[in-house]
Amino acid sequence: MAGVALGIRVGVATPATSSSASSSFSLRRVSSSSCVLVPSLRRAVASRDCVNGGFVTLLDARKQKILVSTGTAGQVRALAHEAGAVIEEDSGRGNRIIHGRCFIVGDNIDTDQIIPAEYLTLVPSKPDEYEKLGSYAMIGLPQEWGKFVEDGKMKTEYKVIIGGANFGCGSSREHAPVALGAAGCRAVVAESYARIFFRNSVATGELYPCETQEKIWEENHTGDYVTLDMEKDVLVNHTTGKQYNLKPIGEAGPVIDAGGIFAYARKTGMIASPAQ
Amino acid sequence: MATTAVSVAHHPGISSALRDGASLASGSGFYGVRVSVAAAPKTSVASAHRDMRVRAVMAPQKQERSPASTGAVKQAMTATEKILANASEKTKLAPGENVWVKADVLMTHDVCGPGTIGIFKKEFGQNAKVWDREKIVLIPDHYIFTSDERANRNVDILRDFAREQDIKYFYDITDRSNFRANPDYKGVCHVALAQEGHCRPGEVLFGTDSHTCNAGAFGQFATGIGNTDAGFIMGTGKLLIKVPPTLRFVLDGEMPKYLLAKDLILQIIGEISVAGATYRAMEFVGTAVDAMTMEDRMTLCNMVVEAGGKNGVVPADATTAKYLEGKTSKPYQVFTSDGNASFLQEYRFDVSKLEPLVAKPHSPDNRGLARECKDVKIDRVYIGSCTGGKTEDFLAAAELLAISGQKVKVPTFLVPATQKVWMDLYSLPVPGTDGKTCAEIFQQAGCDTPASPSCAACLGGPRDTYARMNDPQVCVSTTNRNFPGRMGHKEGQIYLASPYTAAASALTGFVTDPREFL
Repeated sequence: MAGVALGIRVGVATPATSSSASSSFSLRRVSSSSCVLVPSLRRAVASRDCVNGGFVTLLDARKQKILVSTGTAGQVRALAHEAGAVIEEDSGRGNRIIHGRCFIVGDNIDTDQIIPAEYLTLVPSKPDEYEKLGSYAMIGLPQEWGKFVEDGKMKTEYKVIIGGANFGCGSSREHAPVALGAAGCRAVVAESYARIFFRNSVATGELYPCETQEKIWEENHTGDYVTLDMEKDVLVNHTTGKQYNLKPIGEAGPVIDAGGIFAYARKTGMIASPAQ
Repeated sequence: MATTAVSVAHHPGISSALRDGASLASGSGFYGVRVSVAAAPKTSVASAHRDMRVRAVMAPQKQERSPASTGAVKQAMTATEKILANASEKTKLAPGENVWVKADVLMTHDVCGPGTIGIFKKEFGQNAKVWDREKIVLIPDHYIFTSDERANRNVDILRDFAREQDIKYFYDITDRSNFRANPDYKGVCHVALAQEGHCRPGEVLFGTDSHTCNAGAFGQFATGIGNTDAGFIMGTGKLLIKVPPTLRFVLDGEMPKYLLAKDLILQIIGEISVAGATYRAMEFVGTAVDAMTMEDRMTLCNMVVEAGGKNGVVPADATTAKYLEGKTSKPYQVFTSDGNASFLQEYRFDVSKLEPLVAKPHSPDNRGLARECKDVKIDRVYIGSCTGGKTEDFLAAAELLAISGQKVKVPTFLVPATQKVWMDLYSLPVPGTDGKTCAEIFQQAGCDTPASPSCAACLGGPRDTYARMNDPQVCVSTTNRNFPGRMGHKEGQIYLASPYTAAASALTGFVTDPREFL
C-alpha cells in the first residue's frame, strides 16, 4: 500500500502486563487516505508494553523523531494524534473508536447554526462543493462557542462534538451532517437529537450520532482530548479524567460503518450494485 | 392561560418500544402541565366533543398475539398508523415498527434537488431512470430571484434532470426578471403542492424540506427527509420509516376574531417545547379544527416540525373534499383515528380563551403574549413564507390594516408564497372594505409592493435576497423559525407571529396585540 510510512521504536522499562485481546492496529496520517500497518506498534500497544514507564517514539517518513511518550496505550494514542497520526483498531467493523479533541455546544443547536442557509447553494454530491461545505461547518454559531473551523482552514481540529438536547433541530437540510463530516468531524455525542438530523447522519454515514444518558456538555471543554468508544459505549475525557456512559449506537451503527444507507444496502444485498 | 391540558397515562411498554434514537421524556417532565385522564374520542369527532365528560383511559397498546390462537385481530389505529399501514400493505401497524412504505409523491426544490439528483445518479447509475416520472414534483422556490450563480445553476440542474427523465411536474422559471413571464413557475413548494392538487388524503408524501409536514392538513402522511433518503426514493419509490406514536391536540371552542391558526400552533409549541413532539405524529382535531379552512389547517401542520414532530395530521372531511374539487381527479382514501386508538398523550385547548402570541427570539417555543411585548420596538415586518404567506394570511393582514386606516411605521415586506397567491392579492376583495383588494390596501398603508413569490428571506438565503436581514434588526414575521441568524444576520431578533399580529405591529412600530385594532 502506498502511503506515508511511520516507523516506531518501543522501549519497555517494566515487564509487560497482561496483553489485551489480539486486535491489530494500523497507523495512518490523518491527511492521508491510505493506511500503513506498523507491526511493532501493534504488538506494543496490544501487549500494553507501554504501561508504567514504557515509551513510544514515533518517527515520520524521513525517520525524524516526532514525539516521545511514556504511559498507557490511551496516552500513546493521545500523543500519536497530536503528531497528526491516528491509531485505529482495524477490527473490520468500521471505526467505532474515535480519538480526538472535542468541541462543546449546548442545547438546541439548530441547522441554521450548523450550516447557514446562504451556503446551501453548495451541492453536497459535487466533491469540491462538499469540501467547501466542510469549511463552513458551524459558522452560524454564536461567538460564545468559539470557532469550529479556524479562519482560512477547510477542516476542523475537532473530531467529536459534545452537545446537549435536541441537537440538529430545524431544517431537514442534509447539508448539516454533511458539512460536519466534510469538515472532519466523526461523531456527535448529545443528549438527544432532532429526528431528521439523526436520520440524515445515518443515511449519509457522515456522523455517528451518539447519545448520553445525562447532560454532560457543561463538564467538558472545547479542546479536551477524548476517546469515544462505541464498542464499550463510553466517552472518556482524557483531559479531565472523567468517563461517561453512552447509549448503544444500535442499528444505526452498521449503516454508518458501511458509509451510509446505500453502501449498507449493497453490502447486505438489499440492493444490487450500481452501474457506477 | 386557560389551557386544560390532558394526557393519557404513560405506558412503559409503549415508551420502550418507541425509543427511536431520540430520548423520550427523559424524566424531565417537559410537558410540564398538570394532567388528568383523557376521554377516548368517538369516531364522530363533533359529537365526542360536545360530550366533555372525562372517562377512564382505554386499554393500553395491544400485545402481539399469534394468529393461531385468536384469528385476525382488528387493532385500533390512529390516522397516521392507518395511512402507513395502507402504504406498507400491512393490515395493522404499531408505533415503533420499521416499515417500508411506498411514496405517492416525492417533492424536491432547488436547494436539495441537485444533491438528491447527484446521489440518485451515483447510486443507481448515470443512466438510471426514476421510479415514476409522474410521482416526482420538482419545485424551484428557495433561491430564485438572486444573482447568485450557484443558485441559478441549481435551477438549471433541475431542468436538465426534468428533461432527461421526462418529469411530468416541473414548475420551471427561466426569466428571473419577471416571474409572471414564467407560466409554469409556482413558488413556495408546500403551498404549490396544495394548490396544484398534489396533496391528497391517505397518501404518503416525502419532501426534501422540513415543512413538508404542511401537507398533513390533507389527512395524509407528509414528512421532510434529506437528500440521501430522497435519492433512495427516486430510484425505488420506497422508504424505510419508523411508525410514530401520535400526540393528539383537541382544539375546541369558537375562534375569537383576533386569533388565527398561527396563534394556536405557537400556543402548542410553547406548551410542549421544540423537542416535545420529536418522533411523534401530531394530530389536530376538535370543533375549532372542524371549522378551519384548508389554509388554517396547513398553518397548523406546517409548524409541527418546530416542535420536533415527524408529521402533522388533520383528518380529511368535507372541507378537504371541497378544496380538492377541480385540483385533482385521483381517487383518495380518508383515514381517521379509531375511537379506541392509543395516543401517547392528549392535550385539550379551549381556543376561545386563548390570546394572540409571539415566539420571541431565539426559539419557536419561546412563547409570549403579544400584549406583554408591547414595549419591544421593531425595525421591520415580514409577511410571507409557506407558514404565513398564503392568500388568507394576506387577507387577514389587509383586513386589519383596512380597519385601522393608518399607515405602517416600519418597512413591511410582503412575499406571496405562489403566483396564485400573488394574483389573489390583486384580485380578491377584502371583506368589509367595499371591494378593495389586498394590494390596494397594502399600498395605501405604505407597505412594500408584494414581491416575487419564493421563500425569500424566511431563511436568509444569498446576500441579495429580497428582505434579507443584513443588519442586526428586530423583525416581526409570519414565518416559522427564529433561531439565531435565521433571516440573515446572526444578531437579528425575530418575533414569530400571526398575520394579524404582524400587521398590527407594522402600524405601531412595536410588537402589538391585534386587539388594538380589531
